[in-house]
Amino acid sequence: MDRAYDVLIIGAGVIGCSAARELSRYCLSLCVLEKGPDICMETSNRNSAVLHAGYNNTPGSAMARFCVEGNRSFDRTAEELDIPYRRTGKLVVGFTEDDRKALGRLKEQGEKNGIQGMKLAGRDFIRQKAPLIRGEFALWSPTTAILNPFEFTFGMAENAAENGVEFFCGREVTGIRLEEDGIYTVTAGNGVFRSRWIVNCAGLGSDKIASMLGIDGYTLHPCRGEYFVLDKKLKDTLPLPVYPVPNYKTGGLGIHLTPTLEGNILVGPSTEYIRNRGDYATSRRIMELLIRDGSRIYPYLKRENLIRSFAGIRPKLSSKEEGGYHDFVIERRADIAPHAVNLVGIESPGLTSAVPIAREIVRLIEEAEELKPNPRFNPIRRRFPSFRDKSREEQEKMIRENPDYGEIICRCETITRAEVLHAIHGVLGAGTVTGVKYRCRAMMGRCQGGYCQTRITELLMKEKGISPEELIYERQGSYLFTGEVREK
Amino acid sequence: MNRTFTCILCPNGCEIRTEYQGTEIRSVSGNKCPKGAEYVEQEITAPVRNLTSSVLVENGALPLCSVRLTRPVPKDRLFDIMAEIRKVTLQAPVQAGQIVIPDVLGLGSDVIATRDVEPI
Amino acid sequence: MSLIKKQAVIIGGGPGGLAAAAELKKKGIDDLLILEREHWLGGILRQCIHDGFGLSRFGCSLSGPEYAGRFVEEVRRLGIPAETDTTVIGLDSHRTVIAVSRKGLARYQAEAVILAMGCRERTRGALAIPGERPSGVFTAGTAQAYMNLKNKSIGRRAVILGSGDIGMIMARRLTLEGVKVEAVFEIQPYASGLPRNIEQCLKDYGIPLYLSHTVTDIKGAGRLEAVEVSRVDQRLQPIPGTEKIYPCDTLILSVGLIPENELSRMAGIEMDPRTKGAVVDEFYQTSVPGIFAAGNVLHVHDLVDFVSLEAERLADSAADYLRGKRIPARIPVSAGGEIGYTVPQHITGTRDVTLSFRPRHPLRDSWVEIRQGERCLLRKKYPRLLPAVMENIALPVSRLISDSEIKVVTVNE
Repeated sequence: MDRAYDVLIIGAGVIGCSAARELSRYCLSLCVLEKGPDICMETSNRNSAVLHAGYNNTPGSAMARFCVEGNRSFDRTAEELDIPYRRTGKLVVGFTEDDRKALGRLKEQGEKNGIQGMKLAGRDFIRQKAPLIRGEFALWSPTTAILNPFEFTFGMAENAAENGVEFFCGREVTGIRLEEDGIYTVTAGNGVFRSRWIVNCAGLGSDKIASMLGIDGYTLHPCRGEYFVLDKKLKDTLPLPVYPVPNYKTGGLGIHLTPTLEGNILVGPSTEYIRNRGDYATSRRIMELLIRDGSRIYPYLKRENLIRSFAGIRPKLSSKEEGGYHDFVIERRADIAPHAVNLVGIESPGLTSAVPIAREIVRLIEEAEELKPNPRFNPIRRRFPSFRDKSREEQEKMIRENPDYGEIICRCETITRAEVLHAIHGVLGAGTVTGVKYRCRAMMGRCQGGYCQTRITELLMKEKGISPEELIYERQGSYLFTGEVREK
Repeated sequence: MNRTFTCILCPNGCEIRTEYQGTEIRSVSGNKCPKGAEYVEQEITAPVRNLTSSVLVENGALPLCSVRLTRPVPKDRLFDIMAEIRKVTLQAPVQAGQIVIPDVLGLGSDVIATRDVEPI
Repeated sequence: MSLIKKQAVIIGGGPGGLAAAAELKKKGIDDLLILEREHWLGGILRQCIHDGFGLSRFGCSLSGPEYAGRFVEEVRRLGIPAETDTTVIGLDSHRTVIAVSRKGLARYQAEAVILAMGCRERTRGALAIPGERPSGVFTAGTAQAYMNLKNKSIGRRAVILGSGDIGMIMARRLTLEGVKVEAVFEIQPYASGLPRNIEQCLKDYGIPLYLSHTVTDIKGAGRLEAVEVSRVDQRLQPIPGTEKIYPCDTLILSVGLIPENELSRMAGIEMDPRTKGAVVDEFYQTSVPGIFAAGNVLHVHDLVDFVSLEAERLADSAADYLRGKRIPARIPVSAGGEIGYTVPQHITGTRDVTLSFRPRHPLRDSWVEIRQGERCLLRKKYPRLLPAVMENIALPVSRLISDSEIKVVTVNE
């Protein structure tokens, strides 16, 4: 209670985790408060999983600048943090003369934003890049990449934690007070935290946190996007993301198709302004719409290949009536809250922009005080070695050194007990069932945990020392068990 | 009275058309074997069922041991037997066939273990 | 990693694998090995604590653990080695098997490989049920494992989607444990499980079964709070205006089983899109010589007795194979009319065979014919044919007239 952090970050999405890592390069005591039971549970992990090139954003805007920079600097971040990604390039396809003109304008905009290598192309080029895709014209951007948003966010969070940042999950911020000694007191969950600085990275809750900081006037307009996921057997039918010509007025980039690193295909997202910021429901109506729109560019969309659906919510500053995109708000209001960095409306391309945005946060803090580099900062983080990718010889060696590698827990994805245990006990270990799933990929295969979920829940309860009633599946209140069948 | 019974004695699940008055059977048809007729008679007079469940095991390699009845009991007593089964705790080792509750509720049927449970 | 030679490696220690192993041993094949990923032999039967198993194979009604216990006992008595806690992660067309355990990797070179991996359950994803994604949605088999093996209670008020046998058996099991089971909903106009289970698992406990109904929405941000159910039309599409809300904290899915064939695909074995299992001949040999398949990995069975019996037939022919007997299967067998599939898909035409089949829809008083060209080889009348019930029909070799394709068809009269 007495101890005050130098900086307290609210929100453990991709921005909060990136901010935590960037700030851990300096001699600062840091903590991150997350309202959910795990990190990266909302917008950061519910999107198209694309590293954008940056041609969709207005030249001169923060969105354009940070997106282009984020794309350009990603190789280094990924190398330091051992984050898998693939520069597939991307096609925006059109059918009409109007589309062709729009693609030309998009290219011009991209060039103004400083993107290199884009080109306008015709049908032959589309065929060559993605033989099964329909379209007469296309804009090609070679720098677009696909990545796994959880891996990216988790990589930064884990590296931040290894460099001393403390993470607290299940801590929803309900009150912020600036004390007379200039220290913020933050009430979160059943705890109170004190900090000299506050960074608002609260995503869908960022307007509320801004108000708590005394910065009024922001209202977010949650805009839901539904997706569905296609079976891995279609892996070879879509080598790169394919988008339609965007109509920004809708608030999104249009229904597109994206291959994932794991070999699935994502179709979506829709754009639907909603009231409830926690409503991740998917609907039959939207699924029909996705199939209809997606089929225009990818004629092989069949309901039978659909394996899952999910939704994400964009924290938009522009309302449905306004449409389009409002630029990122990243500010230090010296007049109202001199020791707060306030971020509101970080929607797409927030994932791509995460590292430059974090550097901007550092810059804003540096306006007020000098930051001393942390000599012990280690930028390098390595993923826990996975069994499945290794050669037979390496696998033998792994089991010899750690027999837990010889126990396959998830047969679909070939995930071993060693990997599940690491997901539970590693830095930022998982406390929920889906937390284990995202960290080590167990239960992500074709049987969706039919075989291994019972073993993983048992391991989680045992290793965490929790009762059946305490075990959480994903979100708050998502208990799995109501007790034991037979009790003494 | 006419009624079609679905026989539960084997997976064939014969549909047995039955004509009866009170507990007196006039005719049965559709059963592939004589057991079907016996089943219908039992259903009309005093329906019986078997019951399978689990009991708690202490110090075992598994937390539960599966059990069943040695012979069917009146259908309306199943929940009473469940209450008895809930009261039992076995100590490992348990052996398949071991009697868990002899003559449960005086119904002439034993609750027996249907698997081994080794001690830890 | 050294190469260990074996006459036969059996992948899977469930009812299929155990029956095949015991039968092979009895036929004089000594150099056998069973590989089982679980700690115990017995497969899925370990969690099927209900009774009704064994009527065909043993002539009495046993619970799942007892049925499995008999085979485990026999395998032990015959001294057949089994490696448990061992997962096969590699299989190729040369019959090289790679298995992993805490002891390390093992590589086996087998003269014959017996595939007996069983099946897995279809999940919510495959149904694309819209709505939220709360906890409390379980496949029937997972719910069964939690309750019967892990001693975990999974809820207090349940709705069951799909009228598969495991779903109905779980409806009874939950009811006996004090859980309120609201209803079972089936999208098809007929039940997918056995009639006896409708009787003894649902009717006995007053649990309604609604045909032509499906779950159209799932509600609850944390734990499941309710499901919306709608009636469906003949094309299985929900009918607007028929929605009804059922408050519940648990949704059990019993919507089908899929043969578990990742290893088969790895070995390049030809698959049948209808059974989702391997294409086999009457010796249960797949398109890769020396690799055999039986039980639920080949096609989903409704009765474990038939799994064991099929695996025993497999073992007889695998034993012949190991003694050098090779007969090419040249005669294709296919399904027609209302018949959904047949197994085997090829026969040699040199001996009597048993053809297994299922209808696509329920049929009453239907004739099934086995034909070659225009000629009917055999016909049989069935008072009732159900998709839930696999039928077996014996075809004596003496009836064959040529090497041309055999068709199993339904005939309208």
